Amino acid sequence: MSSNSQKKGFGATIWDYLTTVDHKKIAILYLISGGFFFLVGGVEAMMIRIQLMKAGNDFLSAGTYNEVLTMHGTTMIFLAAMPILLAFMNAVSPLQIGARDVAFPFLNSLGFWLFFFGGIFLNLSWFLGGAPDAGWTNYASLALASEGHGIDFYSLGLTISGFGTLIAGINFLVTIINMRAPGMTYMRMPLFTWTTFVASALILLAFPPLTVGIFFMVFDRLFGANFFDVTMGGNTIIWEHFFWIFGHPEVYILILPAFGIFSEIFAIFSRKRLFGYTALVFATILIGFYGFMVWAHHMFTVGLGPTANAVFALATMIIAVPTGIKIFNWLLTIWGGNISFTVPMIYAVAFIPSFVAGGVTGVMQAIAPLDYQLHDSYFIVAHFHYVIVGGVVLAILAGTHLYWPKMFGTMLSEKLGKWTFWFFFIGFHLTFFIQHFLGLMGMPRRVYTFGADQGWDLFNAISSAGALLMAIGILILLVNVVMTVMKGERVGNDPWGDGRTLEWAIPSPPPFYNFAQTPLVRGLDPYWIEKMEGNKEGMVYAEPLGDIHMPNGSFIPFVISLGMFIAAFGAMYHTDGHAWALPVLIGGLAITFGSMLVRSLKDDLGFHVTKEELIADNERIQREARALEGGKKGGLK
Amino acid sequence: MDLNKRYTPQTWPDHPETATLEGKNKFVGFWLLLAAETVTFASLFATYLALKDKGPSGMEFSASGLFELPLVFAMTMILLTSSLTSVYAMYHMKNHNFKAMQAWLGITVLLGLAFLGLEIYEFNHYVHLGFGFTNSAFSSAFYVLVGTHGAHVVFGLSWFIALMLRNAKRGLNMYNAPKFYLAALYWHFIDVVWVFIFTVVYLMGVIG
Amino acid sequence: MMKGPKKWRLFALMTALLVFLSGCGREEISTLIPAGKVAQDQFNLLILSSIVMLFVIVVVTIIYVLAIVKFRRSKVGEDMIPEQVEGSARLEFIWTAIPIVLLLILAVPTVYSTFDLADVTAMDAQNEDGVAENLTVNVTGKLYWWEFEYPEQEIRTAQELVVPTGERVYFNLIAADVKHSFWIPSVGGKLDVNPENVNTFYLEFDKESSELEEGVYFGKCAELCGPSHALMDFKVKTLNREDFDAWVAAMQEEQAAPTETLAQDGQEIFEQSCIACHATNAAGAATGVGPNLATFGDRTTIAGFMEHDEETLKNWIADPQQYKPGNLMPNPEEINNGEAFSDQELDALAAYLMSLKVEE
Repeated sequence: MSSNSQKKGFGATIWDYLTTVDHKKIAILYLISGGFFFLVGGVEAMMIRIQLMKAGNDFLSAGTYNEVLTMHGTTMIFLAAMPILLAFMNAVSPLQIGARDVAFPFLNSLGFWLFFFGGIFLNLSWFLGGAPDAGWTNYASLALASEGHGIDFYSLGLTISGFGTLIAGINFLVTIINMRAPGMTYMRMPLFTWTTFVASALILLAFPPLTVGIFFMVFDRLFGANFFDVTMGGNTIIWEHFFWIFGHPEVYILILPAFGIFSEIFAIFSRKRLFGYTALVFATILIGFYGFMVWAHHMFTVGLGPTANAVFALATMIIAVPTGIKIFNWLLTIWGGNISFTVPMIYAVAFIPSFVAGGVTGVMQAIAPLDYQLHDSYFIVAHFHYVIVGGVVLAILAGTHLYWPKMFGTMLSEKLGKWTFWFFFIGFHLTFFIQHFLGLMGMPRRVYTFGADQGWDLFNAISSAGALLMAIGILILLVNVVMTVMKGERVGNDPWGDGRTLEWAIPSPPPFYNFAQTPLVRGLDPYWIEKMEGNKEGMVYAEPLGDIHMPNGSFIPFVISLGMFIAAFGAMYHTDGHAWALPVLIGGLAITFGSMLVRSLKDDLGFHVTKEELIADNERIQREARALEGGKKGGLK
Repeated sequence: MDLNKRYTPQTWPDHPETATLEGKNKFVGFWLLLAAETVTFASLFATYLALKDKGPSGMEFSASGLFELPLVFAMTMILLTSSLTSVYAMYHMKNHNFKAMQAWLGITVLLGLAFLGLEIYEFNHYVHLGFGFTNSAFSSAFYVLVGTHGAHVVFGLSWFIALMLRNAKRGLNMYNAPKFYLAALYWHFIDVVWVFIFTVVYLMGVIG
Repeated sequence: MMKGPKKWRLFALMTALLVFLSGCGREEISTLIPAGKVAQDQFNLLILSSIVMLFVIVVVTIIYVLAIVKFRRSKVGEDMIPEQVEGSARLEFIWTAIPIVLLLILAVPTVYSTFDLADVTAMDAQNEDGVAENLTVNVTGKLYWWEFEYPEQEIRTAQELVVPTGERVYFNLIAADVKHSFWIPSVGGKLDVNPENVNTFYLEFDKESSELEEGVYFGKCAELCGPSHALMDFKVKTLNREDFDAWVAAMQEEQAAPTETLAQDGQEIFEQSCIACHATNAAGAATGVGPNLATFGDRTTIAGFMEHDEETLKNWIADPQQYKPGNLMPNPEEINNGEAFSDQELDALAAYLMSLKVEE
């Protein structure tokens, strides 16, 4: 029962993870696969910068370059940034609200496996005739003209992983609405849970338009439909609208959880309650809301007319206000605090200037007439890397350090973490700051080469050098991870010493049922409140110790996803006239729907952890904690 | 949760679909799913309106020339009726009257099948006229919008049938009551979407 | 470690210095050296917004630096528990109101300029004789080259746009295949070239391009359109009105036959192999599959981006895919009875093509 107390064989561990419905293990699955895709996307980024380090370079051919740039964007957004954030959401949000699991553990697992198989499917394109090459935006006229199956890998892969993300979004919404512990009112929820909540709402409403657009693309390319075929009455601008109705909220799906992570960090490492918590919450909601009203600012040059451009320009500018509110509230949180510069905090501190730089260039691009110059130039490349790397990736790195002990029970090295930080941070600014000027000097984005007569050589060389520093930083992080895993030094409940929210009140990693007794929440930052009142246990309880109901693991999510993975191959090769394709398509769908039916018909009521088992487990936990205290004081000092 | 616990109409809760935490989760989750479905159909409608009557030069089909209201009106009435019968089924579910619920669900399924049959007939008719899926942007948009709705009907019917067969011998309990409830909710959603299809595609199409 | 933020500032300063030293890019292509009303308007917006944003950055930086310097643990003490401040309604109001004011400062010129730059009502204006008052150019984006048609003048050219200075020139943009985007950075912002609809805007050209080092402005495709998107360049030659009129008149003439024998041989080969796609007369409405070559000898580049000399030209004809991957120009084997062009044939073709000129 207490699965973390006994050693398991390798095969059993694998099977455990294939069938797990535990949000903490699913978080680890997201982190590992998201981390893997992050490295893949990083290698692609390095290839881009090597190709562009000098004029007329021939490291990559024109066609290959387009594949690399497409896969870099797609991988980083869909397969790296979002899953890693989902890893933290899974690992932390249920703990922060005092829940034993998410609302739909089975669907949680299904969401992961759909994302995983979608990502694998997309990346298999490299080995099966070529990757997609129409940019991550996949604009329809170019996508329809693209030869081979690259674009089909893109559309089918993103369809599958998109379903996974949608499921994850619904799951978090229901979890946060229904599963909060007694006393955990909405206005006592930690900021990270709030951002998870709003980001999930954005997922819920933003992914369907993308799915619809991608379905049109699939129908056009594989089944002879004419949505985007201009000669048949189709219209490619429809794709642009759908893509950006999804695409702009997507940016906030990424940045809001990043804001959440930084909010936690600022409070913890300033040892201070978040300044203007209410304002931060409402700013989060407002940003999410505005996120749906500004998509056409990605389309200022499409020719929508001055009225549309002016309206969307103004709407876009308004977003700067809630974002500014956040920045100033964070500044006031550290103001008057007691700042400890741990690795997560350095990232958070570095995030402010980086993100402000990205934010102000965003406002500049909201000025539609100015955007006619900046759009699709290197200026925009600089801008979105400033917000996504300077915001999301810094948050991911910070979150990895912050939550690593909670997820794995060990502590990443602070020393190596600082090395990673400095390489990455300096490299990041070196790479992208200069690109603003490349854009202003007339360099369009997505060019595989440039002539020596354009005057862009020096800045491109500097940019490439910066990318190298970032790569070194990430390599150091990998070394750090390996060393930490090898050492395996355990840490206690609150390894940072200043934890404020419920997740720091329970063991690292928590037992599979999270809370033996559901906590009673008495205010914002419940763990801090208990600590300040001298409560040694860190929690007060809302219920007596009793039996706990937990869900069973299941292999079915894996099989459902596998079925879709197989069906996608059938759909894709169907157009080439292979006789086997149609049976594969039908077979794959049969596996998916068949296993859904099995799930539906088979009663799966879960199991109970008895009171006695809980008491025994609690004794083990206490024993381990005492051993830790005796050996070496947990945490960083 | 105990599957064998026997309920009487007196011990059966007023809102069995949300009486347990699992039921509550399903209830909220399903409404959220319907929100996502609404956005999906809104996207499909927008596309349809943008591509209505658009095709290669010299295309012979247009909405006003193609659609005929009597058949579609019959389909609409059938589907609306089926929505009503599913309400009756839920009424009996809440009163813990399993047999009556099954009977009304059975009628709902029959009406749904009738609707589906007419839709297949309709599509078949258009294809015979030469209005195929690959014919034009208009035809693609039409078939995908109406076809997606049709696929939802198929799924809804399969769901009803699976639930009815699976629970035929077991009767109502707290485990399956939310499932019946959500299937009926889904069926209402399908019905509402069809009302929009009837208005936007057919009525507005025939009027021009 | 504690020196961290200082290091960062020093680094930022150095970067800024570097940028300053290396100038604003090339006059032919940089948006920072505007060469026309549109680019100038946009440049002014850039400066205005940069100033406003700089103000924001300065405010944030001051609070930020003070905060991380004053409240570090080494200064305030290991065990100090800060006061748990909830927030301040007054501060929230201030940092909501001030940004709104700043945005209003930006919003007014934004809206004005958006409508101003989209105003093409004067495009169809005619004088008493029924002649259009303004020049209109129809631009067609094709896989990796640009066609420029002057509908009033009934002439057509490719790859090098020729326009008069000191007046508004209107552009109708459409794509023949996939989506492109038409951008002359130093003259004005871009506008997409869509396959389904004609987009219209105007530009003004202040300066004669002969004053530039390269003699032309650089134009770009700004929307990913396939493997050779990066090479889909065009050039812009700006002439004063008088020279422009002369150029138009010359364009309307029939191309004179070449006088050199080598070029005459080249013409013969051209008429067997190339004429199906490439026209050599600028006059007339017929559009070709490939670029119109009437001004080939006058151009500054081959295929839009390569040195304009015979050696490059011969290499290009012999193997177009090597230089512009994915372009639609056939290999010699496909148009020359299955054989590559001999060196002699290439010499002749090059001589002929270089002789195609409308300017003196």
